[in-house]
Amino acid sequence: MEMIWFIIWGILWSVYFVLDGFDLGIGALIPFLGKSEEDRRVMVNAVGPFWDGNEVWLITAGGVTFAAFPTAYAVMFSTLYSPLLLLLFALIFRGVSLEFRHHVDSPGWRALWDRCFFLGSALPAILLGVAFANIFKGIPFDSEYVFHGTILTLLNPYGLLGGALFLLLFVVHGSLWLATKSDGDLQKRAGRAASGVWLVLLIIAVVFLVATWFKTGLYDNYLDHPALFIIPLLAVAGLVLTRIYIAAAAWLKAWFASALTIFACAMFGIIGLYPNIFPSSLDPAISLTVLNASSSPLTLKIMLGVVLIFVPIVIAYQTWVYFLFKGVPDHDESGHGAY
Amino acid sequence: MDVVLLSRLQFAAATAFHFIFVPLTLGLSLIIALMETKYVRTGDVTYQRMAKFWGKMFLINFAIGIVTGITLEFQFGTNWSRYSQYVGDVFGSLLAIEATAAFFLESTFIAVWAFGWKKLSAKMHALTIWLVTIASSVSSIWIIIANSWMQHPVGYTIRNGRAEMTDFMAIVTQKLAWMTIAHTLFGAFIFAGFFVMGISAYHLLRKQHLDVFRKSFRFGLVFTTIFAFAIVVQGHFHGENVYHQQPAKLAAMESLWETTESAPMYLLTVPDEKNERNKVDLLPIPGLMSLLATGSADAELKGLKDFPKDERPPVALVFYAFRLMVACGMFFLLLVAVGWLLGDKVETKPLYLKLLILAIPLPNIAIQAGWIVKEVGRQPWIVYGVMKTSEAVSPVPAVNVAISLAAFILVYSLLGAAAIFLIYKAAVNGPVPLPADAKTADSKGGR
Repeated sequence: MEMIWFIIWGILWSVYFVLDGFDLGIGALIPFLGKSEEDRRVMVNAVGPFWDGNEVWLITAGGVTFAAFPTAYAVMFSTLYSPLLLLLFALIFRGVSLEFRHHVDSPGWRALWDRCFFLGSALPAILLGVAFANIFKGIPFDSEYVFHGTILTLLNPYGLLGGALFLLLFVVHGSLWLATKSDGDLQKRAGRAASGVWLVLLIIAVVFLVATWFKTGLYDNYLDHPALFIIPLLAVAGLVLTRIYIAAAAWLKAWFASALTIFACAMFGIIGLYPNIFPSSLDPAISLTVLNASSSPLTLKIMLGVVLIFVPIVIAYQTWVYFLFKGVPDHDESGHGAY
Repeated sequence: MDVVLLSRLQFAAATAFHFIFVPLTLGLSLIIALMETKYVRTGDVTYQRMAKFWGKMFLINFAIGIVTGITLEFQFGTNWSRYSQYVGDVFGSLLAIEATAAFFLESTFIAVWAFGWKKLSAKMHALTIWLVTIASSVSSIWIIIANSWMQHPVGYTIRNGRAEMTDFMAIVTQKLAWMTIAHTLFGAFIFAGFFVMGISAYHLLRKQHLDVFRKSFRFGLVFTTIFAFAIVVQGHFHGENVYHQQPAKLAAMESLWETTESAPMYLLTVPDEKNERNKVDLLPIPGLMSLLATGSADAELKGLKDFPKDERPPVALVFYAFRLMVACGMFFLLLVAVGWLLGDKVETKPLYLKLLILAIPLPNIAIQAGWIVKEVGRQPWIVYGVMKTSEAVSPVPAVNVAISLAAFILVYSLLGAAAIFLIYKAAVNGPVPLPADAKTADSKGGR
């Protein structure tokens, strides 16, 4: 049961990265690709109908951590206090900037919220990467679950490498999404950005995988069960396919390949953690595992029912929404069609 | 300041700010859903313009509600990790169910509603706002079930050094939860009702967009009246429930120090917490306090002095907040009564219209006061009788919390100012003009 929950937990986080990843990537690209107001509006509208529903995957991932592994939730969120609050503030600005920007017809006003959109997107991408890389490596907390360090402790080279990896993954992902949601010159530039950043991503991904060998114990599970190597291989396959589809200008296919890369990357790390869910770097014996951090069997059973019923429904209606808003939005529609 | 107080302040600030906007979301979504349904039924484009006009403010409001909601869920972990660890088995699952079963629905379909005017048929479009309405209410139901468990824990046992769930249905169906749900939703509906009436009054006063605002005003008045009455009746039973389940809170609400049989209600009371008495107790109405709290004028009410000092909530804050809430509730009844008495003449009564504009924030003040009674009245417990607030806080340095508290205040002030500015602007600008082909229908509709 705990193992099933661990997998669900991993999947929820991975789906969040796949879905909000492109929102965050587009936000991070806005100063670079959004040359004209028209460009920026297309970029914002490429995210507009989706980011809200995507962000709920984060809330659900957090909520499920709380419900299924309350001790892990408590220790994870309190030891990562500063980066988490920074992440939340950034996401607040991301969210409101998308809603606020089109309510006042003034370039200065829009520029203000575009800047918030940029920071509110780039910062979460980096912070999520830093946080997860540090979790892979272990967090310095003691048996009283007190964190020994500051936010700078987390900004170690491996953590920063994780931040860079996430940012690049999301930027490629976002530029591909943008390419499916734009046309003309902007689409060309989005495609160029995807292929340019892809190369940097490839380098950083290789460095990260090598550093992971030296800095973490993630590979142990894979060496014990070589069949699991399928997961990192899927990530590699996704990355290669992304490049192939970029070259063919098949943007939606490239986006799906990039989605596979992100999903497999996240799952690679999370499965490598097992049975740990939140390891301590001070003393492996006090690491939080799926067994010592999980909820009671009754709660796990109830939550399993909830997740098995509702998550497929959520996936169904969110898929419907993606179909409803598929393709390039009309140019004459600014912001919502409501006004 | 210590980390407990800082964390409490931070949580209070984040929650209070969140709950400026959420009640409006709960109420406005329902009002807009009703308007759009009317549009689908009658084909009268005025109702569609109404839905769009109120919808614009609704979306601004919704955005703030949603982004500030996430910080609340995550703060249980960041600031109250001992609490999360101790009761997560029960409490965490309720929050997770809220996210999966309701929040997803609401966040997904709000975007469909906002972006889908041209993509969906009128019926389907109206359906999306109904989904948002239902989902946001269901969302609040789960959150309040979780809160009610903190107020009156049931269906659990202490095992393995923590609270573990034993009876899910007991938690979900407990009376206090459903009492609070009704009270919260009614309060939210009243806020939205006054919001609609107040902004309509602004335009009626200026004799502009009369077609939209006559209808909106009527909508607001009917809507508000229903819930302004319902909440008073419901609030009474709610109070009785407090008597049974949280006697210390009741004593603080009434500033009752000595255990008293047939306790009178004083029309004027000034609590004196330090000396464990009231400075002033004037104009008693015999037995009324007992009667209101228990349904029997002779009943005995337990006084604060019969609770150990370290198990008493702060008295003055709870006492005054309770009175403020009740006074607001009474004032709302008066305001809607006047609205009905004036009937169609309402447009010729500028004083009443201006009063309605000024009244817009009042329901929110009542709501905030109500939550102060609820939450401060629960102190010093975080889970009533099970865990003290002081034991619940995260082992993080106070300076971290001080910094984040300052950041909360700064960021939320800026956001609040921006949101209120945008809502004000949208409200004053009025509805979008009619498309040319619908002009004739409008002149008829405008009486």
